[in-house]
Amino acid sequence: MSGSGNTNVLNLTLKVWRQEGPNATGSFDSIPVEGIADDMSFLEMLDIVNEQIIEQGGIPIEFDHDCREGICGACGVMINGNAHGPKKGTTTCQLHMRNFEDGDEIVVEPWRASGFPIMRDLVVDRSPFDHIVESGGYISVNTGAAPDANLIPVPKDASDMAMDAAACIGCGACVAACPNSAAQLFTSAKLSHMNLLPQGQAERWKRTEQMVETMEQFFGACTNHGECTEACPKEISLDNIAFMNRDYLKSKVKNRKLTGQVFP
Amino acid sequence: MAATSTQRGVTPIRPAPRKTLPWPIQFYRSAVGRKWVMGVTGLMLLGFVVVHMLGNFKAYISPESIDHYGEALRDMGGHLVPRTHLLWAMRLGLIGAFALHIHAALSLTLMSRRSNPQSGIDGQKKYAGSQDYIAANFASRTMRWTGPIIVLYILFHLADLTWGTRSDEFVRGEPYHNMVDSMSSLPVAIIYIVANLAVAIHIFHGTWSAMQSIGINNPRINGIRKPVSMGLAALVLVGNLSFPIMVQAGVLDEETSEESAPALVLSEEVTS
Repeated sequence: MSGSGNTNVLNLTLKVWRQEGPNATGSFDSIPVEGIADDMSFLEMLDIVNEQIIEQGGIPIEFDHDCREGICGACGVMINGNAHGPKKGTTTCQLHMRNFEDGDEIVVEPWRASGFPIMRDLVVDRSPFDHIVESGGYISVNTGAAPDANLIPVPKDASDMAMDAAACIGCGACVAACPNSAAQLFTSAKLSHMNLLPQGQAERWKRTEQMVETMEQFFGACTNHGECTEACPKEISLDNIAFMNRDYLKSKVKNRKLTGQVFP
Repeated sequence: MAATSTQRGVTPIRPAPRKTLPWPIQFYRSAVGRKWVMGVTGLMLLGFVVVHMLGNFKAYISPESIDHYGEALRDMGGHLVPRTHLLWAMRLGLIGAFALHIHAALSLTLMSRRSNPQSGIDGQKKYAGSQDYIAANFASRTMRWTGPIIVLYILFHLADLTWGTRSDEFVRGEPYHNMVDSMSSLPVAIIYIVANLAVAIHIFHGTWSAMQSIGINNPRINGIRKPVSMGLAALVLVGNLSFPIMVQAGVLDEETSEESAPALVLSEEVTS
């Protein structure tokens, strides 16, 4: 909110995907939108459109949103074929209307992938991401009471990469942008986040094997296009995918070795 | 972690892996494992393409040079192994690499197709919006087309210069003569040029992609992965295109071949 006097007002045409339910056939609806201030966010613009629709007695456009600060990962739509719109490193809620021109036609679509079935309008079911995390995205070793700060030394490089990977908000833009609908970037970010840190070592190989295999039950196969990183609002690096690929092969060997060391 | 919670659940596109299988088979049944296999076999095939090209460069030294080279390949191992046995061992390795590379590619494509109701693969657009691709380049998007072109080209190339079924002029054991005879025909030269363009495009994305798939990734080398792929693709492109072009231009021709008696002597030794 700059509050400066040079706010432009935009008149736009929205082409929005409307779908009544998971099994209904959807189609695009053209909605003229007038008087949008360019310092509004994309979601605020959708709110105004929904107000209009409600006043006219229609059913508002359903879309996911929560924090509107770009940190929760709830929002996310394809805007003109770009996940989270044209601006790099930005979630839909942080995308401002000043990125569009007066008179633009904006195509708004839900994420598309078999792993993300559409529930209604722009809302998709992202529960496969939950299944991936459920299968290993945690540290369950009992660590007792909270340890003193700096008790466990973490190399700076490892901590940097783990923290960058932990920035993933699980919005699903990577899957949406991927021509193969693969979830490699999400899964690898969750893996790097834990596999690089000392606390994550005990369960590292079980975690890698299980999370990769859960991912593959729902999503496609990576072909290294690199579309996911470009679409990612948190700019998660493709390096995580290479790291996951390396760890997955190791996990197959190490888990087998571990099993052999357990005496019944 | 935010995701829409639901009672409905999402139907998986693949069953959970069977944990009773031996681990290498389990590994190959996963998509990440198949990408590993594609990467490793791809790098093996790339090594073959580069060595094959280096061997062909001997045609520029002299006709005898490449004819001797061909003989040396068949006679690899000298008196230690029976003739052509070592060569066949290498050929079997190559055929195995090809088979695995193609099987992995086909099965991964099918998996991606299942994961995508409005298939964004095979070049179709996934979304109605105007933006097409941001990072994916021509090479990465056409891997599924340059691959089959290369398979057809290899079959043609084997029929042309290994089995000799294309031309009556073919003489076994005289690669220089056969190469010049084949590529002096303009349509054949064009086939070689087009096919090697496909090979170079495939190598450009393939090399980088293989490094990513098998986890060759380190901040110290990440900056040179794309240039190395481009350099290899350019090397293979320039090197392999030089043969049909130089034959067409008359730089490599039969006369130099006929002047050289040793090549003929050599071929007599081979047949005896």
